[in-house]
Amino acid sequence: MVQYLTARLDASFAALSDATRRGVLEQLGRSDASITELAEKFHMTLTGMKKHVGVLEQAGLVSTEKIGRVRACKLGPRRLEDETAWLERYRQLWDARFDELDKVVEELKRKEKVNGRKN
Amino acid sequence: MDARTESEPTAMKNRTTAERKSEREFVVTRTINGPARLVFEAWTKAELLAKWWVPKSFGLSLISCEVDARVGGKYRLVFKHGASEPMAFFGSYLEVKPHSRLSWTNEEGGEGGHVSTVTFEEKAGKTLVVLQELYSTKEALDAAVASGEIGQGGMSETFDQLDELLATLGASVRRS
Repeated sequence: MVQYLTARLDASFAALSDATRRGVLEQLGRSDASITELAEKFHMTLTGMKKHVGVLEQAGLVSTEKIGRVRACKLGPRRLEDETAWLERYRQLWDARFDELDKVVEELKRKEKVNGRKN
Repeated sequence: MDARTESEPTAMKNRTTAERKSEREFVVTRTINGPARLVFEAWTKAELLAKWWVPKSFGLSLISCEVDARVGGKYRLVFKHGASEPMAFFGSYLEVKPHSRLSWTNEEGGEGGHVSTVTFEEKAGKTLVVLQELYSTKEALDAAVASGEIGQGGMSETFDQLDELLATLGASVRRS
């Protein structure tokens, strides 16, 4: 799990270390685009843009789909995965917290019993 | 259901659920083995809150914990992780209804932070705790998720990931 996370972080950091790739993400945040459109926008060759998109795709930050002769790019699928992972970590935080709360309440119950206080 | 038993014969471990309920809110639920009166007390007295808010497994230490659980009253929790700078989480109470409901703001991130509301519902000596975290906008909630932070005391995993990353980077630098 940790290795998986580290690998993912590495891929993300590598993908985001390049200004063009950050620009592509920003662009795709506004609207989906084809590789050709992106290449034009960033004044690059098709091959160069394909390479950048490939790196982003490997990091899960972008997904592409071939529609006819055009390769369409959009953001994804990291966002959804991230939310699921985040929610699970969040649940685990509260689970651990509530375990401790259970202990505190248990202790309070014991003390009340000792003091002979009735509910 | 996790049926792991604790040292107390009655203390069966209850399940914690977390769910995104809408574009702007998360909800966490858990049943605590005790009356609402005691759960409320554990949530509103600083010396009790300090005992459970930061689980030991987190590797975080709670430096200070101030709680003034009255409407308009403030709270302030300061944590430290390893050698890092201490981090403060603070806000004020919007609602304080003994034994049934608490609501507070989270202001460490500036204005427009999310609002937490917890309700306590007692049934047969146990208490159902429902915590709602309501963000001002969908964007604010998405940003919280994107940052990887999970709120008070939950940042240790982020640090661990960063530690891992730095260790990996250090290793690859040494290799090259």
